[in-house]
Amino acid sequence: MASRKTTQPKRDTEDKYSILLPTYNERENLPLIVWLLVKYLGESGFNYEIIVIDDGSPDGTLEVAEQLQKIYGGDKILLRPREKKLGLGTAYIHGMKHATGNFIIIMDADLSHHPKFIPEFIQKQKEGNYDVVSGTRYRGDGGVYGWDLRRKLISRGANFLTQVLLRPGASDLTGSFRLYKKSALESLVERCVSKGYVFQMEMIVRARQLNFTIGEVPISFVDRVYGESKLGGNEIVSFAKGLLMLFATT
Amino acid sequence: MTKLMQWLFGASLLGGLWALVSFDLLDLNLPHTYREVAWPMPLYLLVSFGCFSLATVGYRVATFNDCDAAAKELQEQIREAREDLRRRGLKM
Repeated sequence: MASRKTTQPKRDTEDKYSILLPTYNERENLPLIVWLLVKYLGESGFNYEIIVIDDGSPDGTLEVAEQLQKIYGGDKILLRPREKKLGLGTAYIHGMKHATGNFIIIMDADLSHHPKFIPEFIQKQKEGNYDVVSGTRYRGDGGVYGWDLRRKLISRGANFLTQVLLRPGASDLTGSFRLYKKSALESLVERCVSKGYVFQMEMIVRARQLNFTIGEVPISFVDRVYGESKLGGNEIVSFAKGLLMLFATT
Repeated sequence: MTKLMQWLFGASLLGGLWALVSFDLLDLNLPHTYREVAWPMPLYLLVSFGCFSLATVGYRVATFNDCDAAAKELQEQIREAREDLRRRGLKM
């Protein structure tokens, strides 16, 4: 151990970061997100691995992922596909089983989350030895791109209501760009039952229940460059249901 | 205690106090002005909270950052990434 430390004096050689990328029909975006991850994590000299969890995409995402594995190496890109589309929570469980890092980073593969923030997440985590570091669109330099007034209003309104009802101790509950200590994510995932937006919210609420510490980093959220992003009546209704469920049970 | 219980607890505490003063339940012979002030208090509180909420949400919508620079940077990096990946032999 001592000899390893002397070869890399600047880095904590024990820390390794596993990035979980759940994908479904992301053949356009996957190479780009992987390229950006390699760029920012490789340049900073962090020890990392990217775990692609493809849920049987019909567009050939997995085939592109295999090409990427050849380019960047099997130690950096791990493929852990599943047969068909299953929930996000189970994707995290599935990915974590194969993760060798002591930290897990979860993010969307659709380029709305930029890997340039990951070094900031890591820095923040070290500052306060946080159990969870959450990206936030609502604080500091954080923000969004590609949202109209209606979308902003719904987002801010829902966020305010949630803050009032749940007092969760974090400003962005529905975002899914976060860094977790592996042990923390393990105990959170097995407690969370919700789907969609509510799943991310439940993760933070349960984290507070378990007395995990939460750090925040402002992020810019650039809405899907490719493909359609939707926020319809269904999403709003299921969000409201989830909020009430958490209000009554936590 | 769940959040729901906390809210119910808080609401019943405030409601009890309000009823105590408004209807002088303990026969304390409170001055009439006390009762006159207390009686419409729940409505005042509700309206003020509503105004506060509207103002807060409105302000936050108005000051929601538009990350134009981030979007532009991403577009440039996408071009760069495509070129680099093609050079490395990726068939998109």
